[in-house]
Amino acid sequence: MGERSNLRLVILSVLVVSLMATLLVRLFYLQVVTGESYREAAQSNTVREVVTPAVRGLILDQAGRPLVANRTSLVVTVDRVTLQREVDDGAAVIARLAQILDVPAASISDRLLTCGANGAKPPPVCWNGSPYQPIPIARDVDAQTALSIMESRVNFPGVTAGLEAIRTYPAPFDVNAAHLLGYLGPVGEDALTLQGDSTAYDRLRRTDVVGRSGLESTYDEAIRGKPAVTTLEVDTSGRITKTLDEKPAIAGEYLVSTIDARLQNVVEQQLVAAVQRAQAQGFPGDSGAAVVVDVRNGHILAMASYPTYDPSIWVGGVTAKQYQDLMDSDALSSNAIQGLFAPGSTYKVISTAAAARAGFSLYSKYQCPNQVKLGTQTFRNFESAGYGPITLKRAIEVSCNTVFYGIADKMWSDAGGNDANRNSADPIAETAKMFGLNAKTGIDLPGEATGRVSSRTFKVANWEQKRDTWCANAISGYPETRKTNPKQADYFTALDRENCADGFRWREGDALNAAIGQGDTAVTPLQMAMAYSAIANGGTLYQPQMVKAIIGADGQVVDEVAPVVTDRVDVSRTAISFITSALRGVTTDGSGKTPFAGFPLDQIPIASKTGSAQVTGSKVSTSWFASFAPANKPRYAVVMMVTQGGTGSKTSGPSVRKIYEELFGVTGTSVNPANSVLIGGAPLKKLPTVRPDGTPVAPRGKMSGLSSATGGGG
Amino acid sequence: MSSFSATDSMSRPTSAQRSRGSAYWRDLDWVLLVAAVGITIFGSVLVWSASRADMASENDPQSYLKRHLINVVVAMVLGFFASRLDYRWLRAYTPLIYIGSVLLLLVVFIPGLGTSIAGARAWIDLPGGFTIQPSEFAKIAIIIMMAAILAEKRDFESEPHDRDVLMSVGVAVLPILIILVQNDTGTVLVLGSVALSIIAVSGARRRWVIGLIGGAIIGILLAVQLGLLQSYQVSRLTSFLNPTGAPGGATYNATQARIAVGGGGWTGYGLFEGPQTQGKFVPVNESDFIFTVVGEELGFAGSALLILLFCVILWRAIRVAQKADDLYGRLIATGVVAWLAFQTFENIGMTLGIMPITGIPLPLVSAGGTSMMSTWIAIGLLENVRLHSARTSLT
Repeated sequence: MGERSNLRLVILSVLVVSLMATLLVRLFYLQVVTGESYREAAQSNTVREVVTPAVRGLILDQAGRPLVANRTSLVVTVDRVTLQREVDDGAAVIARLAQILDVPAASISDRLLTCGANGAKPPPVCWNGSPYQPIPIARDVDAQTALSIMESRVNFPGVTAGLEAIRTYPAPFDVNAAHLLGYLGPVGEDALTLQGDSTAYDRLRRTDVVGRSGLESTYDEAIRGKPAVTTLEVDTSGRITKTLDEKPAIAGEYLVSTIDARLQNVVEQQLVAAVQRAQAQGFPGDSGAAVVVDVRNGHILAMASYPTYDPSIWVGGVTAKQYQDLMDSDALSSNAIQGLFAPGSTYKVISTAAAARAGFSLYSKYQCPNQVKLGTQTFRNFESAGYGPITLKRAIEVSCNTVFYGIADKMWSDAGGNDANRNSADPIAETAKMFGLNAKTGIDLPGEATGRVSSRTFKVANWEQKRDTWCANAISGYPETRKTNPKQADYFTALDRENCADGFRWREGDALNAAIGQGDTAVTPLQMAMAYSAIANGGTLYQPQMVKAIIGADGQVVDEVAPVVTDRVDVSRTAISFITSALRGVTTDGSGKTPFAGFPLDQIPIASKTGSAQVTGSKVSTSWFASFAPANKPRYAVVMMVTQGGTGSKTSGPSVRKIYEELFGVTGTSVNPANSVLIGGAPLKKLPTVRPDGTPVAPRGKMSGLSSATGGGG
Repeated sequence: MSSFSATDSMSRPTSAQRSRGSAYWRDLDWVLLVAAVGITIFGSVLVWSASRADMASENDPQSYLKRHLINVVVAMVLGFFASRLDYRWLRAYTPLIYIGSVLLLLVVFIPGLGTSIAGARAWIDLPGGFTIQPSEFAKIAIIIMMAAILAEKRDFESEPHDRDVLMSVGVAVLPILIILVQNDTGTVLVLGSVALSIIAVSGARRRWVIGLIGGAIIGILLAVQLGLLQSYQVSRLTSFLNPTGAPGGATYNATQARIAVGGGGWTGYGLFEGPQTQGKFVPVNESDFIFTVVGEELGFAGSALLILLFCVILWRAIRVAQKADDLYGRLIATGVVAWLAFQTFENIGMTLGIMPITGIPLPLVSAGGTSMMSTWIAIGLLENVRLHSARTSLT
């Protein structure tokens, strides 16, 4: 046999073996080592999800009246991918669409731009979803228009008209409640980032609509339900080859709110009435809030904020102009939970409780001069009235500032005066914090403000934060202002020099201001309502609640929300009864007497406190009226305030009286619980019924609040 | 082996005819046969899986599979005949077979008869929807023609004359050039390696082997440099170096193929369950990309088994070449080894992304009648060489 031939055959064999070995190694690498990534790629190639959102749960009032419901609407959507295949990028289609929908073409193209794209309008006008998802451009289109679009498909490539469930606001008793209910919007980037790479079928998708504010936001997960998701396997031409998985939709759960629609309407109307009263006195009366709380469990029975807006504005897809107007009007945020205001004299209940805790006698007499001088500063009584030596109770009734100045001054000196350090005693601030004034109440609504309490510690913290600016200004001496107004520049410079040097110091003047709810103290009306509730119920600080139960769409109760006690205030029973009796005196013989003239106080004693808080930069005070009733067996706390509204007594007082009249069924001097706006004269103990088919059982006839146009305000 | 056959043969001294018949079945390389039948059955299952998605809407969803099975039966019968051909007869008719197959290659260019598939004009239309690919038969023609020239009047001891080597290069180059014009690059590469292997094993001087390898490399470089290859051919050849590309292009095919194979993992998605296969994401996965089907649906276990079956065939074929009693048989076996080895490597390699994408089938597995037949004829020729060696070793 030829050696050469044999050798060459061996070489060929070796070559063949190495070729096959190469294949095996490569195969192992591809399938076993890196296989997982290819599996994922195969999945994204072939798996498609068809997602149908679940029907969103309703929001009911405490009696079962729907505050937020659903209805179907004809929606016109545009598939941008199809549109871009047109020669003119779909300009002609948009023009035709604009004509048939009777809107400017620009308003359609605005909606088709992805948020963040060049020239895109800010959300919610721009499209926040995936560019491959059909974009809704018009909702509530009439059937005729929808039909004519669907009949001439050639003229409208990529345009579809279909049914979609959208929110509707039945508004029993014409309630607005915009800030409480909230609104829906496309899911935010933050929420999507938060859930990471979740592959759960009920995860949030870019096209999802979620609650962006109010109860819709807080309880979004419960109300949203779970979508119907069909997972399909498709082939290269998009044809369905297999159904991999089918998950049925689970309808969203219903919220039973603590709100009573009829009472809410009364409160909303009375807030507007208070604002009008302020404006009738020539004051701006630019904003306000009102809260009604059940002091025995923290349930919010009504809560209103002025100005407000129509919640249905979001439903059709808000226009750029509407959105801008809304932003400019300040109507979007709720003054009741997000607004921070100096509490003025309503804060005196805190100072009184602090005095009791600090060992001041509640029954001795205190001097009430018309003013107190501290160095160059003069601290005056309201309208400079002097009452001489009076009891503490009387001081509360007539809202004598100087009595509280005296108490605060004593506390300040006892703590060490100017030599005190940041850890020295500060009884009023400590008491205020105990009543929850320096913390979020924990209400089940998003965006609540924290508030602040004027105190030693606040002053130090504030100084640490601003010192650098103050000191820099003290050195530079306001060169810009100096050019035009050297005198003012001198004043500012001197002020900043002082602040720079010892702005951390809790001075005598600070202590005096703090005692009457001025200075740095700022609270939300809700915080004040919860503090007054705590006095009313004997010292329990509740977490305010907007929802008392969650009911499944099948009518089964999912969760009954129990009252949550945040804290028990460390104030003696005696002190609390003393404050209650003093507040009763305010209504019978003090600053709250005028608005309650003729009210059957013998049957329903009212505990109240007026406040007329001074605000830097405004000549007109904030009108406060904080109260609870019946004072002998407290049930409700009502707090109302109007900024730049004048006195508490003149502006807010009459509205609070009206609210009590409606709550208790007062006509003239007679009291009849049957006339109360609340069915049965009090918040219902029993939860409303939801039928197995999802229909809520609401009160009928006049009590439904839907048939008559008068509303429940009368 | 020869002593075993001898004793076995002597123990049964029956009539000449019966002796010949039983000797055939006795001396057949059963391992080779079983491996080839195994791969063919394996391949038919894969063809079934690959075609059922396409055929689902047809009247008879199994019609594609049935046609494939008819091809298989015809191919096996042809293989049987190839194994029983007399050497003398084969040698005598080799020039005719060669000329016939070259003419058949040219028929492809006659309008109305030739058909293009995937850019290559390499098929002849037949009535009844059948097509034949003459380049498949050219593989056999080249092998037997080269073997005949290089083994003529010679035994193992003497090296072939330069004139014979030159002639054998010539008989290889002529059909290769025609196939190159048909744009069937993959077949050209296979035939090149077949010709090179035959010349090398024929015992030709080293300068011939080195010169031919050098010439092939220079030829490829020149073809690319001078723009003789169309740009799509170049992009096909280079796409495996740059695996992500636009859908529809060559890189798309490569990517989809790799997703399919890679996704198979250890044991695959299961037969008929591969999403890439059943969703038709991999193009031509019943023929050129059939390896994606086994890769995806049967995973590493199934794919490695298939490759190992090819290894068995190649091992037996190399043994046939080694044990061949004459140069003619050895060269035929060598040609078949080079053909099957390189075509398998090129086909699976392109699926795995380590070889350029060229349109050649996986022997015995891919759907396609001509390829199935020519491969079975090659298996038959291997058996023939073996049987011949077994017989002559007796005398």
